[in-house]
Amino acid sequence: MPGQLKPAVSNQDHIQGAEEATIEIVEYGDYQCPHCGAAYPVIQKIQKKFLTQIKFVFRNFPLAESHRFALPAAVAAEAAGLQGKYWEMHDLIFENQKSLSHEGLFAMAKSAGLNIEQFKNDIQRPDLEEKVDADFESGIRSGVNGTPTFFVNGTRFDGGAEDLYDMLLESAED
Amino acid sequence: MLQKGDKAPDFELFATPDQKFSISELKGKNIILAFYPADWSPVCSDQMALYNEMLKYFSKYEATILGISVDSKWSHLAFSQSRTLHFPLLADFEPKGEVSKLYGVYNEKEGESNRALFVIDKEGIIAWSYLSPAAINPGADGILDALESLTSKNQ
Repeated sequence: MPGQLKPAVSNQDHIQGAEEATIEIVEYGDYQCPHCGAAYPVIQKIQKKFLTQIKFVFRNFPLAESHRFALPAAVAAEAAGLQGKYWEMHDLIFENQKSLSHEGLFAMAKSAGLNIEQFKNDIQRPDLEEKVDADFESGIRSGVNGTPTFFVNGTRFDGGAEDLYDMLLESAED
Repeated sequence: MLQKGDKAPDFELFATPDQKFSISELKGKNIILAFYPADWSPVCSDQMALYNEMLKYFSKYEATILGISVDSKWSHLAFSQSRTLHFPLLADFEPKGEVSKLYGVYNEKEGESNRALFVIDKEGIIAWSYLSPAAINPGADGILDALESLTSKNQ
């Protein structure tokens, strides 16, 4: 069946929101993709509106050949995750997407309150890049063809973040 | 449109302004042919850009990818440079659409290739083909599935 999330969300993923949430949104995104940057505040709007009903998962889908900081940014977020600050870094990157650079990522790491020495070492770790690659390959397997691509409860949603918001509003009214 | 089990017709097209390319040169490799309507699609994560990210996954299956459209070799050169593509784009330009017609994926009305994918095995036989709606980027899951079943067949 096309457009099914493979593999399903697990404890390998970065998950935001309540465990028992009934709506699971997975985004395959690229930190340097302008469309993902535009989707970021919409996802926050969705989270604010639906609160504990929503569980949000971000998987990396860096188009590294088109966006030179997509992969470093993805690795930086994973490195922040090792210090328990994945979502702080994730938010900072999208909020400062226009100033993405190596220096910019270090400045964000500092703002996120990371131990910079450890961060510097961690971003060299091959297993972080492997994690990003594994996300990318799972995206391909799930039928992701560009960014951002969303999955709702395991099924691909063919639309952007605003369409997703509208769809959720409509189904909430039913 | 040619289907699974058909022999893939050979052809020769310009891959760069001064170099022609034929698929018989790729004997012993799996080949992915990606026909697409036009260079310069307006989205940042378009089909060719996606495949460009996937070359290492394709090479895992001993597969080479070729893009084909009716754009000229000069358009391909500029497009390829602007997206830093690392695989050949072939110009089905003169006579226009000849190879697309050979594979049964030419859209007479638009004067463009349809968005169609073929996976050809090492013996030159089509192992999988797929016609996508023109507006929809078909992604690559179908290609990987086809390559995977080719590889497991040979083991």
